[in-house]
Amino acid sequence: MQEATVQVGITDYLFWVALPYTVLTIFVLGHIYRYATDPMSWTSKSSELLEKKLLRFGSMPFHYGIILVLLGHFIGLIIPKAVHEAFGLSDHVYHIIAVTGGLFAGFLTLLGLIVLTYRRFAVKRVLANSSAGDIVVLVLLLLVVLAGLTATLSNLGGSFDYRDTIAPWLRGILTLRPDPTLMANVPIIFKLHIFLVMLLLAVWPFTRLVHVLSFPIVFLRRSRVIFRRRCGDMA
Amino acid sequence: MKLKTNVGMVINLDKCIGCHTCSITCKNTWTNRDGTEYMWWNNVETKPGIGYPKRWEDQEHYKGGWENKNGKLELKQGGKLFEYINIFHNPHMPTIDDYYEPWDYDYEKLIKAKPSKYQPVARPKSKLTGEYMEKIEWGPNWEDDLAGSPEYMLKDPNITEDLEKEITLEFERSFFFYLPRLCNHCLNPACVAACPSGAMYKRDEDGIVLVDQDMCRGWRFCISACPYKKVYFNWDTHKAEKCIFCYPRFEAGLPTVCSETCVGRIRYVGIVFYDADKVKEAASAPEGDIYSAMLGLILDPTDKEVQKLAEKEGIRYDWIDAAVRSPIYKLVKEFEVALPLHPEYRTLPMVWYIPPLSPILRVMNSKGYSDIEIFPAIDEMRIPIKYLAKLFTAGNEEPIRKILKKLLAMRMYMRAVQLGKEEEFNDKILEEVGLNRKKAKELHRLLAVAKYEERFVIPTTNKEQFENTFKEQGFTGYDYKPPCDFCKGH
Repeated sequence: MQEATVQVGITDYLFWVALPYTVLTIFVLGHIYRYATDPMSWTSKSSELLEKKLLRFGSMPFHYGIILVLLGHFIGLIIPKAVHEAFGLSDHVYHIIAVTGGLFAGFLTLLGLIVLTYRRFAVKRVLANSSAGDIVVLVLLLLVVLAGLTATLSNLGGSFDYRDTIAPWLRGILTLRPDPTLMANVPIIFKLHIFLVMLLLAVWPFTRLVHVLSFPIVFLRRSRVIFRRRCGDMA
Repeated sequence: MKLKTNVGMVINLDKCIGCHTCSITCKNTWTNRDGTEYMWWNNVETKPGIGYPKRWEDQEHYKGGWENKNGKLELKQGGKLFEYINIFHNPHMPTIDDYYEPWDYDYEKLIKAKPSKYQPVARPKSKLTGEYMEKIEWGPNWEDDLAGSPEYMLKDPNITEDLEKEITLEFERSFFFYLPRLCNHCLNPACVAACPSGAMYKRDEDGIVLVDQDMCRGWRFCISACPYKKVYFNWDTHKAEKCIFCYPRFEAGLPTVCSETCVGRIRYVGIVFYDADKVKEAASAPEGDIYSAMLGLILDPTDKEVQKLAEKEGIRYDWIDAAVRSPIYKLVKEFEVALPLHPEYRTLPMVWYIPPLSPILRVMNSKGYSDIEIFPAIDEMRIPIKYLAKLFTAGNEEPIRKILKKLLAMRMYMRAVQLGKEEEFNDKILEEVGLNRKKAKELHRLLAVAKYEERFVIPTTNKEQFENTFKEQGFTGYDYKPPCDFCKGH
């Protein structure tokens, strides 16, 4: 645990308390606002019609990679270290699993992103139909993944345990008990990674990324052919 | 039994002259926006030919429609698991090049060019990239009227090895006909079943298949699932779009634009009642039997029991009356002269086609027809029965023969009438095809005279049943809540 004597300045409060809450507010309200006011714009913004071959080698690794990455982050950050230990997972074993799994998923994502970035700029049809938002999202994702991979690679020995610092800080934010002191001694590359993620979350509701929230779940149990009855005031 | 109503259309291929008026008026009405230039909700293809998109009938490639997998009806592209796995890249989705790259011409140059040595020209410009296109190599109806044959014609997926020797390019024996195509508003729509978002649906009151634009998330499985390739992807809004059966017109009792503007008056629009409980069974029938199973689905609207059932479903009198007078019911079920396009796709399409007659190849003796002997000659028509069967009956040639005979018998009888030889006419000709003099005249009136009121029997939508029309007064055509200005730019 962190010592109580850690010095936290105004910058720490800005970055690790004010900013995360600002971002979360934008994230939640932005989604609601867009859904309510402009549902027509809510789409995965697929460009498969315009280009298909490169998309396969970009979109598939990227999406499967990022899903694994998110799963890993959930296990490492949301589930407390105590639970890992309760399962008999020693620090050493946890670290090996986290690093190998993380690097695999991270590089899979990066590979997909590189292909997607190349595709977005090299295929004229795709580039001509790209919005500023599409480019911003792509660049931010690349930076986030690069920072994340660098952080992992810089900590191969495992001397820094984010489960004692970043994880409780994040859970504190989500449970409305923010504690910036937890972030005080986190290596800069991890901080950069988190900062970039916050930027991404801030633009999220105003870009194509809204499609993440629309992943079809009802479909799983839905009857196949749908009939829709008109319902108006008299129904 | 569960009675439901579905819209239907009959297209009389015997009279289609391939003028493309239907396609043009449809396009002018619905698809001249950004992202839709390449879409032809209605298009007219030359058969035999590749079609639009290229080789759309090749389901081994596109995987459209349903399959009967050991008694279980499943989408040919794969079940729900397939969609979850491939949601990030749909392997069966066509690309824009399977249709064509939409373009426009640099018309401005014609009037704004400065005086120069050379005549200014309007060069083609891609709608996708805005760049000039050096050479246009494919476009809508590129192979119209067998243009470019044999290169294109022989790529028709319906021309399999057994047919190849019957298809000839020899001028005197060659053939082609037109096939207007639009969304079939199927009873068992594969597109609706494939939509992960639940954005696609059949309207409960008339079965029109629509895409809810606010709910569509662009997952693209409808596009690959539709075996007729009649759901399109708007590359500008990134959502699916399709023929809406001109529902704003239909609701007001008017025919679709394609039907209204058809110069040959070959289209019929109306409604049919069908038994929704039997849909699955019909869709699962053996390939060659699907057509007859479809006929079995359609209920007789003149039957008092059926009418009672309709009333129980809350269907108003004017709709029951429209079903009774429906030209679709008459042509499909009563006269049995209209066939579904590729029933083997198992979507139970509700646009029906009257197969075309064509000249008989055998040289007639100088006396001309010798009545009943004309029938064996059906097999010597320029358009091979086998080819028509591939299109309309999953290879079952009998229904095609029956219909062609019926059409021919009707013509022979009417010719006799016109020439004042009705008295001498041999009734056996009509009897053999299940007609009599009265019926033949009725069929002739429907097909040849084709009065507007008889071609289009469309009941107006009873909006008062589900909307407070008083409250709507004054808002017609405008959203109650206008969208705010902030959110238009996404």
